[in-house]
Amino acid sequence: MAKYALRVTALSYLGLLIALPVGYVFYKAFEHGFATAREAVTTPVAQHAFWLTVEMVAIAVPLNTIFGVVCALVLVRQSFRGKALLNAAIDLPFAVSPVVIGLALILVYGRKGWFGDWLLDHGIQVIFSVPGMVLATIFVSLPFVVREVMPVLREIGTEQEQAAQTLGASSLQTFFRVTLPAIRWGVAYGVVLTTARALGEFGAVSIVSGKLAGQTETLTLHVENRFQAFDLTGAYAAAVVLGLMAIATLLAINLLKPKEGVR
Amino acid sequence: MAAVVSKSTDGGWAGFSHAVSNPQAVGALKLTIVASFVVVAINAVTGTLVAWVLVRDEFPGKGIVNSLIDLPFALPTIVAGLTLLALYGPRGPVGADLAFTRASVVLALLFVTLPFVVRTVQPVLLELDRDMEQAAESLGATRFTVFRRIILPSLRPAIFAGSALGFARAVGEFGSLVLLTGNIPFKTQAASVFIFSQVESDNAAGAAAVSVVLLAISLVVLLVIGWLSTRSG
Repeated sequence: MAKYALRVTALSYLGLLIALPVGYVFYKAFEHGFATAREAVTTPVAQHAFWLTVEMVAIAVPLNTIFGVVCALVLVRQSFRGKALLNAAIDLPFAVSPVVIGLALILVYGRKGWFGDWLLDHGIQVIFSVPGMVLATIFVSLPFVVREVMPVLREIGTEQEQAAQTLGASSLQTFFRVTLPAIRWGVAYGVVLTTARALGEFGAVSIVSGKLAGQTETLTLHVENRFQAFDLTGAYAAAVVLGLMAIATLLAINLLKPKEGVR
Repeated sequence: MAAVVSKSTDGGWAGFSHAVSNPQAVGALKLTIVASFVVVAINAVTGTLVAWVLVRDEFPGKGIVNSLIDLPFALPTIVAGLTLLALYGPRGPVGADLAFTRASVVLALLFVTLPFVVRTVQPVLLELDRDMEQAAESLGATRFTVFRRIILPSLRPAIFAGSALGFARAVGEFGSLVLLTGNIPFKTQAASVFIFSQVESDNAAGAAAVSVVLLAISLVVLLVIGWLSTRSG
């Protein structure tokens, strides 16, 4: 009896907090028919927002993947002064509010900022334009690959790498033939998490974007913009596009997880 | 980050304390901290309960429920706020209008922090040795006593760690609050939203000062996590 009471309580909690609200938005988006929803997400502004989001992801994810793998290698395989500091600094984007990250970027790269004047003199506008938004996206999604690859690197040890090197492989050969194949699921999992975060970032991007519809508006900003303009169908439809991406992420996580063993 | 700290002291120490003691800033910080503690307390109970059901119970569709737990991590926060507003806001089908109330702040934070405690308690529960529980039960302990005296002590470090992560997240949360809470000063305006409004009205020094307070809170929480995890082995 107690068992069923616990099960029902847990499932109703999840249902009321997560499943019902998300399901209801899907229902609301298609309330006036599939064609209306389709129209709402194919307006020029919505399409621009979608492609800008894709652009952010296309820049931030490869950069953070390369940085993440290198950083994980350094943190696991080398010891140097300040290692603990670097290790702690990696987690900063998790611990700090996205709004504060956005503010920090403005204070460094904005007008009146540390490098802002110099950049503007050279014709580069970072804040209130796409480069600032890319920086914000990179910042918030930085830790995922590092944090997923580090435990895998620790687990595989260095025996195989040493064997390869004794047999005359160069460092690069060892990395691409031995290390990379061994950590590939960790990297893949990190990439999925990075992508999800980069797609969905709102606070940091919002503060540095200036929110110009059709110019510096990503899909998440578009959801807010449509909602504030009382275009509920537009907001729900764009939210559904983001929701579908989130569900795709969950599927990818589930596909990758078992291959790493029990976590 | 250094720029934020340096900007916060633009007007010297007096400028900093003036910006932080501004009633609206104090109200926002107080709301954020109180709401985060409430959310952490609720999560400690519900998160442990959900993890328990996922590990010890068997029912059809458990795999789907298990992946549902990660949805708040995968779903953009602005969408999270929108979904809660659609269901629990004005004109929502349930007739409970929580929008623009303090309850809505707690609701949004509960949504985005749900996975933390579940995901830290779940693996510990999976590896827990059941011999001790069976021994206690055969010696006549009630199931509640077994839970309180045998299971809970093993779970406690994981519950603390998950709660600390959830707290850090709740303190900085922004996206899910924007649409749902209406951002009313002194009532539903959380610290992150206050910082945002200060940046928009070109008061970067004020925004930086409150940011530094948030950074300090995050730092303390991270230290506590580190301390708890070294203490629990």
